[in-house]
Amino acid sequence: MIPAPFTYYRAASVEEALALVAEHGDEAKWLAGGHSLLPLMKLRLAQPEVLIDLAPLRELSYIRDAPGHVAIGALTRHHDLEHSALLAQAVPLLAHAAGQVGDQQIRHRGTLGGSLAHGDPASDLPAVILALDATLVVRGPSGEREIAAAEFFQGLFETALDPDELLTEIRVPKPAGAGWSFQKFTKRAIDWAIVGVAVQGTSVALVNMASTPVRASAVERALASGAPPRDAAAHAADGTSPVEDINATPDYREHLARILAGRALEEAATRAG
Amino acid sequence: MNVTMTVNGAEVAAETEDRTLLVHFLRETAGLTATNVGCDTTSCGACTVLLDGESVKSCTVLAAQADGHDVVTAEGLAGPAGQLHPVQLAFRREHGLQCGFCTPGMVLASVSLLRENPKPTEEEVRMGLEGNLCRCTGYHNIVRAVLAAADDMAAESAEVTR
Repeated sequence: MIPAPFTYYRAASVEEALALVAEHGDEAKWLAGGHSLLPLMKLRLAQPEVLIDLAPLRELSYIRDAPGHVAIGALTRHHDLEHSALLAQAVPLLAHAAGQVGDQQIRHRGTLGGSLAHGDPASDLPAVILALDATLVVRGPSGEREIAAAEFFQGLFETALDPDELLTEIRVPKPAGAGWSFQKFTKRAIDWAIVGVAVQGTSVALVNMASTPVRASAVERALASGAPPRDAAAHAADGTSPVEDINATPDYREHLARILAGRALEEAATRAG
Repeated sequence: MNVTMTVNGAEVAAETEDRTLLVHFLRETAGLTATNVGCDTTSCGACTVLLDGESVKSCTVLAAQADGHDVVTAEGLAGPAGQLHPVQLAFRREHGLQCGFCTPGMVLASVSLLRENPKPTEEEVRMGLEGNLCRCTGYHNIVRAVLAAADDMAAESAEVTR
């Protein structure tokens, strides 16, 4: 399978990238690692007329310590997150979850910003970013703005990014000492999660339980009122709307959410301190 | 567009469609057919090559994205006098293949894995190769071969430093 024809541009700077997208508008898509977009293009589920390759923008690949948070360039690859000593110490949930994305080859290409901007509710890292209460920094024709993770994911493959905006940085608060866990259920390592659960302290977010990554608010409320992990986890499917597909029925997804949330909360408790 | 890359140490330049995938560029333009197209959906790993020394699935990389970069395929692993790479030797010795279709991808994924983690545990080898499927299900010998190659390469570098 070969994608439908398109015109390939390579942006040498953020400014040039924004100028190219301003010129081509809705017909253009950003290309980072391409590991979400190219498979869709091969299946004709996406047919952009223009691809703007961001690979030369090395200045958007970094993991930097900042007061109270870690600043991560949008083009930082999963592989780099997985092996970052800074993240392992400051935000171990993100380093660990990045190492669970796809496989070795996919992690060599896929980027954090690409995964978030793609807005697939079955992807691992959007839910992780949601559980971590990260802030997303985007650049557009009228300058820079910040979007809270809770506001970023708006629907299936739909985010708060305007078509002429570029996600440039993800700011992840350092969760001082709180326990964490990431649990996902797949049939094969390389598949998307049938369901996944990210826990950071008392924040709980779900992979693939709605058209966007969602916070398990009912679990969080139960924890806040002092419920033990297993009791709180029983609420993991409350208010969710999982899809039916070849892998699972909605009922099965709800069951998985409760089981995985229980495991995640118990594992997180062992790491707290 | 004009694409120029280094493939197995030699420069390959060609005029190609923007949508050309790296695997097709390698097979049809560079004439190197060791890199197989298996699933064509980023799942099976048969098309794995090294891009700037790291394993990637070449069915999900545009030739344009490899423009100006360094690619190694199974044809380029052997040394200048034709001596096989330690991972190739170990796959042969440990019978790390059955039909052989997944083998070029398995070998290159293993080379990349050992570059990042020269002394992996069996568990780490199994996790590291999770992106490569063997439809003959010959995984045990493949894992044994990668562990043997790690030992061989460690012994080799001890030899060199002595």
